[in-house]
Amino acid sequence: MTASAEPTEIATTTLRQAVALTEPPSRPSALSMTLTFGWRALLKIKHVPEQLFDVLVSPVIFTLMFTYLFGGALAGSTSAYIQFLLPGILVQTIVIVTVYTGYTLNTDITKGVFDRFRSLPIWRPAPIVGALLGDTVRYSIASVMTIGLGLILGFRPDGGGVGVVLGVLLLLVFAFSLSWIFTILGLLLRTPNAVMGVSMMVLMPLTFASNIFVDPSTMPAALQRFVEINPVTHLVTAVRGLMAGTPDGGEIVWVLVASVVLTAVFGPITMHLYRTRH
Amino acid sequence: MSASDPGPPRDDLAVDARGLVKHFTTRKQVTKAVDGVDLRIPTGSVFGLLGPNGAGKTTVVRMLATLLRPDAGTARVLGHDVVADADAVRSAVGLTGQYASVDEDLTGTENLLMLARLYGFTGAAARRRVEGLLDAFSLSDAGPRQVKTYSGGMRRRIDLAASLVLAPRVLFLDEPTTGLDPRSRNQVWDIVRVLVADGATVLLTTQYLEEADQLADRIAVIDHGTVIAEGTSTELKRSVGQGAVSIRLADAGQRSAAASVVEKVLGTEPTLPTDPYALSARVPDDGADSVAQLLPALGEAGIAVPEFTLGQPSLDEVFLTLTGKPLPADDEAEPADAQEVSR
Repeated sequence: MTASAEPTEIATTTLRQAVALTEPPSRPSALSMTLTFGWRALLKIKHVPEQLFDVLVSPVIFTLMFTYLFGGALAGSTSAYIQFLLPGILVQTIVIVTVYTGYTLNTDITKGVFDRFRSLPIWRPAPIVGALLGDTVRYSIASVMTIGLGLILGFRPDGGGVGVVLGVLLLLVFAFSLSWIFTILGLLLRTPNAVMGVSMMVLMPLTFASNIFVDPSTMPAALQRFVEINPVTHLVTAVRGLMAGTPDGGEIVWVLVASVVLTAVFGPITMHLYRTRH
Repeated sequence: MSASDPGPPRDDLAVDARGLVKHFTTRKQVTKAVDGVDLRIPTGSVFGLLGPNGAGKTTVVRMLATLLRPDAGTARVLGHDVVADADAVRSAVGLTGQYASVDEDLTGTENLLMLARLYGFTGAAARRRVEGLLDAFSLSDAGPRQVKTYSGGMRRRIDLAASLVLAPRVLFLDEPTTGLDPRSRNQVWDIVRVLVADGATVLLTTQYLEEADQLADRIAVIDHGTVIAEGTSTELKRSVGQGAVSIRLADAGQRSAAASVVEKVLGTEPTLPTDPYALSARVPDDGADSVAQLLPALGEAGIAVPEFTLGQPSLDEVFLTLTGKPLPADDEAEPADAQEVSR
């Protein structure tokens, strides 16, 4: 596999010249370092496209299954149901994809790449913030896929292109903020699979006990109360409003405040763990 | 913070560590990974940290490379404190080891390019720097391939190249040749020699006395988190004795006869390995002459000796002498270091 590339000797002069550095470069800005890590995340998508498989396949399955299996029963017709369902499926897809942030961070730790980064003279949050930015690209791809499929199946949002784009943007902001929880799990748990397992255990109730699939008014009272405080419910209502052309200012503000709070609380915890981790 | 503080910091030292301590706690069990280590490494020298798996070598390196905060003690690298002035240390240090790795999913070129950009090289300058390094490490052809397709030797070279992007003045190499074939190992050694000739300081951890012997100006033997001996390789070997003779017999039945001849001539008791044809014995400090008499003496006793070797003491023997117990097997689990990986 690699035999042909095995060299014979290391040439001393070439080595000297290659290593010698007359003028060390000046330290790049925090933004530039962060973008470099974002670039790395994109390269990983390019080299390991399998990681997009989940992102692309699960929304397709969920959308098809719920639309055709339950659409008629729940909303009278599949075309009526998809107007209701699609923004919710979009939220579910993106919220679940945020788990990969913790998964990839943990993989970096177990493979030793993480220590290489920590040994560099760089702005400390750059590797994590850069990875989160790269993940945003992944979320965008998943959004385009889900909405595209929805359009094919008869999703006709009254909010038009602007409403859909604004809905997706709000979702991306929330996803970025939510990712900080998974970076913490990524730093605390021992293996990438443990991160995946624990995260899914948290996300399953959050996505199903919400207004993604059905109107909560038919649920038992206790469950309704949970659904009402569930952040996913607020997010879904806000995204639905934007896409339907009837933006709900209160819910949008709720989501934005939640995003700020998530970042303000879990961002610093992540960085603390990152700095002090052995 | 002044657990042990013999005198002010010294400027002629690339690494000046005093009383370093690091304990890990897993399930209420405390592992004293590093338990009071002093290291003085002069600028421009190669220092070997020699010890078995789990001795605490990696933990020492990780503390010096600012990846782990010491529980007690202080360490300065090129005059910068590893805790208070960690960023200055990171700018001056290159790290290669089991735990500071390149990204296997990316290509060799992409890995180096990413590091070059993080260090502040831009555009064409970054590319030139990366191409120069790939060329010097004979990785130009492999550059566009994902690192996971590399052979062991190539992998180690790209790791080394990655730690040299900023031409560090101090290089930490954590077991740089473990698992490499002899040719790849020699390549790594050649690289280290060139870097040191050009003024770099190298701290090298290894399980092999030969490697420390080949490269290091001074060696510290570490076991259970403490330095149990330090000196040049000649000094360390002298502490064990002149070396050992190993004898292989044509007839296993003659082993006890041979053993008594050896004991009479050398004055030391031979050890009898499980191989029934073999025996070996330490050469006493003043035993150079008696070694010369050993072969004829065996001949007179009618013992055929197809193999007779006089070797320098091995790490096992150095270790046995220093600790009174044999070196643990290579594949044995390493409690301290393994714990770090998983946490």
